[in-house]
Amino acid sequence: MTDVIVDERDFELTINGARVPVRGAAPGASLLQVLRDQLQLTGTKGACEEGECGSCSVLVDGVLMCSCLVMAASVTDTAITTIESVARPDGSFSDVQQAFVDCGAVQCGFCTPGLVMAVTDLLNQQPHADRETVREALAGNLCRCTGYGRILAAIDQVISQRAAQ
Amino acid sequence: MISPQTVDDALDALSDTPVHRLLAGGTDEMVKLNHGAQLRQFETVISLSRIPELSMWTLDTAGRQITIGAAVSWSQLTEAPFVEHVPVLAQAARTVGSPQIRNAGTIGGNVATASPAGDGLCALVALDAMATVRSTRGTRRVRVAELTTGPKRTNLEPDELIVSLDVPLTHGFQGYTKVGVRNAMVISLAGVALVVDDDRQSVSFALGSVGPTILRSPAAETVAANVLFGGTHLGDAMSQLAAAIRKTARPIDDHRSTAAYRRHAVGVLATRLIERALISRGASQ
Repeated sequence: MTDVIVDERDFELTINGARVPVRGAAPGASLLQVLRDQLQLTGTKGACEEGECGSCSVLVDGVLMCSCLVMAASVTDTAITTIESVARPDGSFSDVQQAFVDCGAVQCGFCTPGLVMAVTDLLNQQPHADRETVREALAGNLCRCTGYGRILAAIDQVISQRAAQ
Repeated sequence: MISPQTVDDALDALSDTPVHRLLAGGTDEMVKLNHGAQLRQFETVISLSRIPELSMWTLDTAGRQITIGAAVSWSQLTEAPFVEHVPVLAQAARTVGSPQIRNAGTIGGNVATASPAGDGLCALVALDAMATVRSTRGTRRVRVAELTTGPKRTNLEPDELIVSLDVPLTHGFQGYTKVGVRNAMVISLAGVALVVDDDRQSVSFALGSVGPTILRSPAAETVAANVLFGGTHLGDAMSQLAAAIRKTARPIDDHRSTAAYRRHAVGVLATRLIERALISRGASQ
């Protein structure tokens, strides 16, 4: 076996299915910093940069993580999924996004991309998640506007819509 | 950045790079880097994310133990069937951070970080877990409790790597509980892990966030063993147990809480766990 050596300034990532070159990253930069500052994928938000708020949530190989806590150069061989891939190819909203709009689950909107990632991931894994499961699954996504009631209503809408299909 | 693909390669990398930073789940290291810490000149990041043997746990039924790779995530420890094998560690894992944090953070990182508030560390100390620590110079086996020497301090050498943690399989109640300002996403202000071994008729209590390292409380363990195996009535022993726990605790005042609150809380948590142990015993009889 040989070590995989990655130049921390210049490397490639696989984001939303496309191989993307990164040039001139700061050594030790987080995936969040690279997504926003190097690649202009600004849908992913940055706030606390210590894993507390969840606004930077992305999937790494299908696993929900805070992109602020992932060193970008350490995930060159993984598939990264960001909020930019959630809408349908024609640009219309996914059912989760539409439910957030329908239920008024968006106020200032800063937490929304992270919440949409977390909710999408949860409902893909557990389509019939009960209220307690939902609350525990969203413990790492802070919203300071809504009080969460309308976010929970949006999730209920998606669960019942999908169950009816 | 070096991403070794085997433990042997990781040990070579540790030995070959005089200045390095080990990166496992990143839930502590990245916070430092995001908040001003910078990689030093010639500092090599060694990422442990590509080493399959570090990311799994194995059950040794004959040896009655589980060997947990150091890069096993909290999420892995909250899944079946691990939960049934080592409930105290699964419960501790479930109290860590959020799903995002539990998907990234690792049990080995929790030990190496050596925070007195480490939830996994508290469970491991209650379990009397053994760490396997390797370098190119050799392998040593050390009790997790002896690996941590103070707050955020271990006796790991710069070229050493925690490879795995051995946890015994026991019959009997196990539980972990902690207090903080929320149910989720919280660093414990006080935490207690309880492991009851019905075969040996022994009890171990580990206390988190109330000392420079995780503390064991032999005096409380004796009281609890008398309750669980000697027929002492809990009502009589309750205040004795809480007093023994509080006497063991050596908490400090800091930005998260006060020493007085922590000392009180840790006694409450310990008696609560003993009550749960008695209830679970009643339910199983």
